Amino acid sequence: MDSSASVETHHDPHSHADEHEHHELGFWRKYIFSTDHKVIGIQYGLCGLAFLFLGFCLMMMMRWQMAYPGQALPVIGKFLPHIFGPGSMPDGKMTPDFYNSLGAMHGTIMIFLGVVPLAFAAFGNFVVPLQIGAPDMTFPKVNAASFWAFAVGGAIMLISFFVPGGAAKSGWTSYTPLAGIADTGPGHNPVFNGQTLWLIGFIFLITSSLLGAINFITTIIQLRAKGLTWMRLPFFVWAQFVTAFLLLLAFPPLEAAIVMQLMDRVAHTSFFLPSGLVVNGVPMSISGGGSPILWQHLFWFLGHPEVYVLILPAFGIVAEILANNSRKPLWGYKSLVFSVLVIGFLSFIVWAHHMWLTGMGTAVSAFFQTTTLLISIPSVIILSAFFISLWGGSIRFNVPMLFTIAFLPMFGIGGLTGIPLAFNSADLYLHDTYYVIAHFHYIVAPGTIFGLFAGVYYWFPKATGRKMSEFWGKVHFWPTLICMNVIFLPMFLQGMAGMHRRWYDGGQGWGVANEHTIWGLTGFQWNVPISWAAWTMGLAQIPFIINFFWSIKHGEKVNDNPWEATTLEWTAPSPPPHGNFVTIPVAYRGPYEYSLPGRERDFTMQNEPVEPTERTRRKAPAEPVLA
Amino acid sequence: MEIPYTVSTRPDTGLWNAKVGIWLFLASEVMLFGGLFSAYIFLRIDAAPGTWPHGLLNVPVGTMNTAILIISSVTVVLAWAALKMRRYNAYWWYMLATITCGVIFLTVKLAYEWPQKFEHFGAFIKPDALAKYEQYLGNERRLEKGLEPRIQITGHLHSQNATEYEIALDPVNADPNNPAMDRPHFFPLPVTDKIATVEKADVQRATMFLPTHSAYFASYFTITGLHGLHVLGGVLVFTYMWLPVSKKLYQRNPEHLANRVEVSGLFWHFVDLIWIFVFPLFYLL
Repeated sequence: MDSSASVETHHDPHSHADEHEHHELGFWRKYIFSTDHKVIGIQYGLCGLAFLFLGFCLMMMMRWQMAYPGQALPVIGKFLPHIFGPGSMPDGKMTPDFYNSLGAMHGTIMIFLGVVPLAFAAFGNFVVPLQIGAPDMTFPKVNAASFWAFAVGGAIMLISFFVPGGAAKSGWTSYTPLAGIADTGPGHNPVFNGQTLWLIGFIFLITSSLLGAINFITTIIQLRAKGLTWMRLPFFVWAQFVTAFLLLLAFPPLEAAIVMQLMDRVAHTSFFLPSGLVVNGVPMSISGGGSPILWQHLFWFLGHPEVYVLILPAFGIVAEILANNSRKPLWGYKSLVFSVLVIGFLSFIVWAHHMWLTGMGTAVSAFFQTTTLLISIPSVIILSAFFISLWGGSIRFNVPMLFTIAFLPMFGIGGLTGIPLAFNSADLYLHDTYYVIAHFHYIVAPGTIFGLFAGVYYWFPKATGRKMSEFWGKVHFWPTLICMNVIFLPMFLQGMAGMHRRWYDGGQGWGVANEHTIWGLTGFQWNVPISWAAWTMGLAQIPFIINFFWSIKHGEKVNDNPWEATTLEWTAPSPPPHGNFVTIPVAYRGPYEYSLPGRERDFTMQNEPVEPTERTRRKAPAEPVLA
Repeated sequence: MEIPYTVSTRPDTGLWNAKVGIWLFLASEVMLFGGLFSAYIFLRIDAAPGTWPHGLLNVPVGTMNTAILIISSVTVVLAWAALKMRRYNAYWWYMLATITCGVIFLTVKLAYEWPQKFEHFGAFIKPDALAKYEQYLGNERRLEKGLEPRIQITGHLHSQNATEYEIALDPVNADPNNPAMDRPHFFPLPVTDKIATVEKADVQRATMFLPTHSAYFASYFTITGLHGLHVLGGVLVFTYMWLPVSKKLYQRNPEHLANRVEVSGLFWHFVDLIWIFVFPLFYLL
């Protein structure tokens, strides 16, 4: 839309003033309301990291209540009521409502304000146009609009902590009719209450991801560099491409559901409220006729593709770093690409495996069990290809690679423990226990978040021209890895012992959590080491935070391609200027040409022309074909 | 810095950027309305006998609105074709026609159809009191014919006191045993002057035809409201492209304006298509 503006100013009598402004953007236009994909990516990245830490802080507070239920939170406990209101933690002791708020908002913030903005929007925005040799996204203004919609959505979610009654407290899934009647009645504003703000915030977040997804797909289709054919795309670009389709098609049904729940709460309709609903012994004055299960279907129609929105970008990051640091081509590139496409398709037809307990009937259950097991096949192909990529490599154990290598078994544990949940019969027992928590956190926490950390360390030099400290990176990595496992491994045991995931007292008052010991501790007592590991892991993030900000100004200065990588983003200057490339790149070869025989260096970049001798040997086309 | 392929096509894909973008956007819109329509199906399948109303909407007006939207779909294509032939004046008139159609549609919806519903009243009778109001419901005959029971008395709320509603009846309740009333009428029949007195103690729930009235009106107002927002969005975009500011773009790069009209025209066709689903689902079925 604005692309012709700079050209057109010549016809404009005021051209001089305009042109001057266009070339030297002020601080606000350059860093805050920028339309440059790199700035937007960094904005998303910083916000995403901040939200991740906030979501983690909410959980660290909950872990106190689980380990030491009913006791006053030391040190910060007496300040929290002043921040979150007197109903949150009187005398430093957490109320059940506040505990529920923390749980619901931990999930919401981590997934929709932390991981998705970081994995998809931040890395996608910053890296994808560079990797495909594009000057920017196809729609820069839409891109900025996407970020600002996200910012408004995030702000609404944060504000909801401070309205009367506190933030949403019906779980991150907001199941109806519980969510339909939550935060209503005396003491609650009809609009400015936790659950309603959660819904309104979500509409902004969905708008944001919709705009982003359209932009990503269009950019990848339209702005690939000359010669960068589909099968020469870095795997990261493929992963983002499929992720964008998931966001594009899976989020709108949730938006429909959110609009309907908003109508239920504001216009008093009954989309999700059944006939004859009685609350606190009083029949509700509603028309009824709604379906609570409908909400679950629409929610999980997003919810399951969302799981792959969380993991696919991490796959992409891991693939890049794995090839780069094993100094050999990614094993099975084509299988990886087709696997990720199959995952994208299958992820739309597995959603009801979150709903085994609703009693859908054997035929429907059988269908969803089958598709759920089918989707494990491409996932296993991807993970196997990653492992085989290491075989025979000349591995560099730098910090991005440490996180990447740790990702593989951690994701493996998360994936394999999901298989029992795929079976209706096993899930009836494990559903809503800590086993489920452990399963998906193994995928998202030491899985996706390790991938994200690896990506931050890996592309930091491209964004700043400086490397983050290797030493402090290792100080960050090892405690984080150990703590992750101390946190989540015992949760499998707690879950198999029958501990429910939403107990406010951590299981103190429940026989099943106290009658038996597992490895010397009862299920309830296991909360203590888990909580201490969580707090230790919080401390272990401090080296990362300091390293991150310190290295922006003081890190080791590096050249444009410090990792000796092959993909096009490393041909751009670090940091890349507006418009990205000094010369428009042309791709002549695939993305992972490491250790090519007969060459001086062990990496051959995508923009290095194919030499005549090489051409006869490899039967590559002499001239690059356009896309 | 220039983004490539904003106006010209990329040779291998044969597309310019915004055309890819709009089709992706429409795909997501299909999923959005798909979610709403699947909710409609869910609610309608689950609806208890007699709770899903028929014949409460004004079919001729809905038909007229359908025709208006279809006409606007034609005029927007003509506007685009005029631009392609570089006939700006013809474009201007066709665009004006399109905008006018959109405005008429919205006016009919918001200023006529919706307010009429807000004035209409319906009282659901408690199951054990249905027999008491048999003269307005005609359920004995319907039961014999195997039809769904009537459980609601509708009309205009004439007056009410602490214990009673007085309802000026709709023809269907005024003459419930007339077989002609078993089916909705194409032309809506006016409210009769026959007044029924309904005791509040016998009423399960009584409201105007608001979203809160029933699952039917909840989905009617939500879906037509969201569709109306889309129409409004289209009208605003078209107005921008019809105003003098876009003539400047036309003088610089007529193809750019033609492309803009093409993508917004695609959106407009989609909005029409949604209405083609909305109209039978709520007015006819």
